Amino acid sequence: MTVTLQIFLIVSAALFCIGLLAALSRRHAIFILIGIEMMLAAANLNFIAFWRFSPEPHQPTGVMVAIFSIAIAAAEAAVGLALVIAVYRHYRTTNVDQFDQLKG
Amino acid sequence: MNSAAFIVIGILTLAAALAAATLPKLMHAALSFAVTFLGIAAFFFLLGAEFVGLVQVFVYIGAVAVLIVFTILLTRRDIEKDRGFNWSGVVVAIAVFGGLIWAIFKTQSLSGVAPEMPVLTVKHIGEVLMSGYVWPLLCVGLLLTAALIGALILVMEERK
Amino acid sequence: MSVSIDQIFVSGKRWLLSWLAGTPDWAIQIASSLINIFALLAVFLTLFALMSVLERKILGRIQNRYGPNRVGPFGLLQPVADGIKMLVKEDIVPVRADKIVHFLAPVLIAATAILALGIIPYGRNLTPFTIDGGILFFFAVGSTTELAVFMAGWGSNNKFSMLGAMRAIAQMISYELPLVITVLPVVMIVGSLTPDTIVAAQDDYVFGFVPRWFVFTPWGATAFILFFVSGLVESNRTPFDVPEGESEIVAGHMTEYSGFKYATFFMAEYIGMFAITGLATTLFLGGWHAPVRALEFIPSYVWFFVKLGALLFVYIWLRGTLPRTRVDQIMNFAWKFMLPMAFTCVIAAAVWHYAGRGLRGWLWSLVVIAIAYTALSIVLDTRRKFAPRTYRFAE
Repeated sequence: MTVTLQIFLIVSAALFCIGLLAALSRRHAIFILIGIEMMLAAANLNFIAFWRFSPEPHQPTGVMVAIFSIAIAAAEAAVGLALVIAVYRHYRTTNVDQFDQLKG
Repeated sequence: MNSAAFIVIGILTLAAALAAATLPKLMHAALSFAVTFLGIAAFFFLLGAEFVGLVQVFVYIGAVAVLIVFTILLTRRDIEKDRGFNWSGVVVAIAVFGGLIWAIFKTQSLSGVAPEMPVLTVKHIGEVLMSGYVWPLLCVGLLLTAALIGALILVMEERK
Repeated sequence: MSVSIDQIFVSGKRWLLSWLAGTPDWAIQIASSLINIFALLAVFLTLFALMSVLERKILGRIQNRYGPNRVGPFGLLQPVADGIKMLVKEDIVPVRADKIVHFLAPVLIAATAILALGIIPYGRNLTPFTIDGGILFFFAVGSTTELAVFMAGWGSNNKFSMLGAMRAIAQMISYELPLVITVLPVVMIVGSLTPDTIVAAQDDYVFGFVPRWFVFTPWGATAFILFFVSGLVESNRTPFDVPEGESEIVAGHMTEYSGFKYATFFMAEYIGMFAITGLATTLFLGGWHAPVRALEFIPSYVWFFVKLGALLFVYIWLRGTLPRTRVDQIMNFAWKFMLPMAFTCVIAAAVWHYAGRGLRGWLWSLVVIAIAYTALSIVLDTRRKFAPRTYRFAE
């Protein structure tokens, strides 16, 4: 078996869907964040795979996009987790179904 | 590219991802999350992007996983109550997966073998980052600073 | 003659691999890696055993007593006795513990500590694993330790473990920033993340007798001191050993571990210490280069381990001399002093580079560091050194 782009895309699609599963079906805010991070990572994997299998791999465009995407994902995780803590202070819960008021 | 390594890493990553999405205990899920990202970093190594793999380990396991674990601790009173599981999410996820697989198999140009490539050195990445991508780099720096300040303000104690 | 002694390990490995001539490439590659791993483990586990007894003896001398001297000549077999004691002890796992996490924590912490050793050049041609981003690899692996410490604290299901783990992670995260940022000037000046290139850049002598080590430049000296202090914190050594302060929280995250798992934690801590001092040697003290041209006939690995030993002695010396600091003092020190000074080092290195890397650059970078240091000490001097403490608690 030779490793082709197709197989990488299948793996990253599976990863994306597992992330989607976590984000959609769990009710805990942290699980939702974990799911979103996983989806972002699947996208990163796609970028790197497309870069590696592109006809011109000496131009590291895919790598650059992946690096920026990791930085943005880190910022997103920091703010997201800060939000979870702030909301938990207020409502004493992290279950997203119970965040149902807009008034603070 | 080594197909045996690919299979091992792929199974490990997907199993860890599935565990992270479905394990009932939040802490176990967070640790499987770390393993998932280790697997993805291994994929990056396999694809010849060592630098991104190392950055991935550094950022995700060193920072994001620790942050998640800290948040779990700070919201500890709520850990054991997570029993809700929305089965419609599973249906949606499987449907999306099916669609993606269909699209991937329909596309003809995806079965090529990776072309030969010189090793991507850190120096080369640095040069490209400092020449063609300076403005995005500055923007990311600004974004990270803003995120840092924003996160700090969010978790500051509310003055009554 | 001296060249052949210098390369004795390299040629030894080549001789061992010559037995495999004719086998496929992957077999030779695996055998080569295995030889590296065995050599690394043999050297550093011996060094760990030696260090554990020497530390007790030196501490004993500092405190005006003998230290261990019963087992073997001069007490040198003490680590064997300790090892047997640890092995035969009962391995207790608390009933309420999270069994898997409790078991995995020592495994992970030892694995990461040993992995970090792999990228350090121990002598001429003696780097176990050469990676392009070696320094980044070191920190990527090192940052995994935090997760392992956390697993130990959480898996034990004990309030002291949890408190110790929280303290450890808090100070590790805080000091990881100065640790990484003080490496930046060296990486900037050399223009590479590969440890071998960094060592090669410190070859040769200025004026024929001062070695071109980075510690002899103002930014290098400052960065070295900051790196050393951060290294003390990362390896949980006195005066920054609050995570396992015996008088406050039993043994921190290791409270619920006994027998060989405890020994594993202990070993990981020491090996982490070797790794961080080894990196300090590589980055600032010229790696395996000799300090004087006349002494270059001594093999390169001897010089590396002499420098490593000197730094480790300072670790022990500090442990015997300084009292434990408070948690809030450690944190304030990290964020208010270490981090700005680390950034100053980066600026000073840039000044040094643009002023011509000579005497002029040396003076200008000294000026930059002096200004930053003075400004920081004026700003941070609150002039109420004995004011009543205010306590703030987590929710």
